[in-house]
Amino acid sequence: MAEAKSSGPGAEVTTQPRAVAEPKTGLQRLLAQYGVSYAFLLPYMIFFFAFLIIPVGVAIWLSFTYFNMLEPPRVIGWSNYRLLFLEDDIFVLSIRNTLFFAFITGPVSLTASFLLAWFINQIRVRTIYALAFYAPSLTSAIAMAVVWRIVFSGDRYGYMNYFLMRMGFIQEPFLWLIDQRTMLPVVMFVMLWMSMGNNFLVFLAGLQTVNTELYEAGKVDGIAHPLQEMWYITLPSMKPQMLFGVINAVVLMFSAGFEISLSLAGLPSPLYAAHMILSHLYDYAFIRFEMGYAAAIAVILFIITFGIGQGALRLLSTKDE
Amino acid sequence: MIIRVGKFKITSGEFTTIAALTILAAFMSLPLIFVVSHALKPIDELFLFPPRFIVRNPTLRNFQDLLIATYSLNVPFIRYIFNSVFVAFCTVLGGVLLASLAAYPLAKHNFPGRHAMFIVVIAALMFTPQVTAIPRYLVVYQLGIIDTYFALVLPNLAIPYALFLMKQFMEQIPAALIESAKIDGATEWTVFWRVVMPLVTPAWATLVIIIFVGTWNDIWAPLVFTRTESMRTLPIALQTLISQGSVARQGAYAAATFIMITPPVVLFTLVQRRVIATMAHSGIKA
Repeated sequence: MAEAKSSGPGAEVTTQPRAVAEPKTGLQRLLAQYGVSYAFLLPYMIFFFAFLIIPVGVAIWLSFTYFNMLEPPRVIGWSNYRLLFLEDDIFVLSIRNTLFFAFITGPVSLTASFLLAWFINQIRVRTIYALAFYAPSLTSAIAMAVVWRIVFSGDRYGYMNYFLMRMGFIQEPFLWLIDQRTMLPVVMFVMLWMSMGNNFLVFLAGLQTVNTELYEAGKVDGIAHPLQEMWYITLPSMKPQMLFGVINAVVLMFSAGFEISLSLAGLPSPLYAAHMILSHLYDYAFIRFEMGYAAAIAVILFIITFGIGQGALRLLSTKDE
Repeated sequence: MIIRVGKFKITSGEFTTIAALTILAAFMSLPLIFVVSHALKPIDELFLFPPRFIVRNPTLRNFQDLLIATYSLNVPFIRYIFNSVFVAFCTVLGGVLLASLAAYPLAKHNFPGRHAMFIVVIAALMFTPQVTAIPRYLVVYQLGIIDTYFALVLPNLAIPYALFLMKQFMEQIPAALIESAKIDGATEWTVFWRVVMPLVTPAWATLVIIIFVGTWNDIWAPLVFTRTESMRTLPIALQTLISQGSVARQGAYAAATFIMITPPVVLFTLVQRRVIATMAHSGIKA
C-alpha cells in the first residue's frame, strides 16, 4: 500500500494497460484490456475450481466406477446406481429420512424466521431479540448435544420426560433418542432451533429495504390490515431475499441434519431411524473406502439439492418485473 | 389502548408483540443458558438427579480439569484449542481476502465472461459442500497434505456464499468515487485497498463472522482430512469425549462445550449491526 501516492503521467502508463501499444491477437487484446479484472479474480478462481467445480465433475465420473483407493478406478457403468436403488434398502431409507426431514423442517424454518423478522420489525428495540434468535445458529451441533442429551434423556429425570409425566401426558419415561419413532423428530426439533438464525437476519435486513411508499400507496388502495399488507406488499417486494433464504435453507437442511443425527443418535443410528443421505455417504466413503459407490450417493444428493435450488430460482424469479 | 411506561408510550398491540417475542426469545435462549450454567457446576451438581438447571455454587474447577488434568495426556486439550483457533484464523484471513479480491471486478468492472462467472457462483451457492468430499479428498491426498494444517485450510478458502455477499455489497459503491480515484492516478490495486475496502467494512465484518463460525464448528474437514489425534480440532475432541462417556470427564466435557459455544456468540455480538447492514443487500435478483 506504499505505492498509494504514486501519481502523475508516469504511473498512468504502467497502471492503465489499455494505453499500451496495440496488441495483435484477440487473446492479447483481451488480456491487455481486462487483465486487471482477471488478475483480481484469479486467486479465488484457482481454489474455486480446484476444490469445488472440478470435484463435482470428478464425483460424477467416479460414480460410474469401482474405486477402493488401492487400485485405479474401473469403469462399471450404471451398476452403482442400480445397486443403490434396487439392492440398498438402507440407502432408500436414508433418502426417505432426509426428504421427510428437509421438506418439513425447511418450510417451517423459513416461515418461522420470516414471521419472527416481521414481528421484530414492528417494534423498536431489536438488538437483543435479534441476538436471541440468531445465537442458536452460531452453535455447534456437537457441542449442544450436551444439552439435548439431558433434555431428551430416556430416564424419568430427562426434562422432556419429567415435564410430560408431571402434566400427565405419559405414565412411563420415554426413550426419545433410542425409539425409532421419535429419533428423527428430535433431530428435526434441534434443527429448527438451530436453523432460523441466518435467514432471520436476511429477512430482517430485507424488511428494512422495502420501499415505504408502497405501504402508503397500499393504504390508498384500501389495504387496511397489517396481515394484508404483509401478503400483498411485503412478501412480493422481498422475492430476492426469499430466493437467497430458500437456497440457504436447502443447503442447510441437506447437510446439517447429518451432524445433529451423528451427535444425538450416533452412526449408524439404532435401526437406521435417523440415517441421513450424508450418513450413508460418510459411511461408504470414509469408513469402507468404497469411493465409487459413495460418489454415486453424492451425485444423487447433488441432483436433489441443485434441483430444488433451480426450482426456487424459477419460482422466485424477478426477471420479468 | 395506550400503555405508559415512564416516558414511553406503546400501543397494546405492540405490547402483546413484545411480550410474545420476549417469551419466545427466553425459551430459545434456555439451551445456551444451560450450557453456561452447566460448565460452572461443581461435580456434585453435575450428577444431581433431577438435573438442576441453574448452578448453585459456581466454580471454575471444570476448566481447570479440562486444561490442566488433560495436560499429561497424549494430546493435551489445549492443543485442540490451538488447532481450532489457528485453522479458523487462517481460513478467515484467506477466505475474506479471496472473496473480496474476486468480488471487486465482478461488481465494478465490465469484462467478457463476467455474467457467466457470476452465474457459476450463484449455482455454487446450491452445492452441499459434502458432495465434493470424495474428489476433494483425492485432491488433498494427491497434494500430499493429508493430516496437515494445509488440508484443513486450503480446500475451504473459496466460499461462494462469501463472494456473493461481498459482490452484492460492493455494487452499492458509487462508480464516480472509483472513477475520481483513478483520475487522480490511483491504480486498480490502490483503488481496491484505499477506496473499496474501507467502504465495505460491514461486508467483511460479516464475512469474518460467517467464515469463522463455519470453520470453528466444521466437523467434516477434520474428520476427513486428518488422521492423527494431534491434528484434530475442537468439535472432534468433543465428539470423542461424548462417545467415551466416562463419568470422570463430565466436568471437563461441560467446560469444553462452553469453550466451543462462546467465541462465535461473542464475536457476533460485536459485529451484529454490520451483519444486518450487509444482509440488506443479500437478495438474488435472477
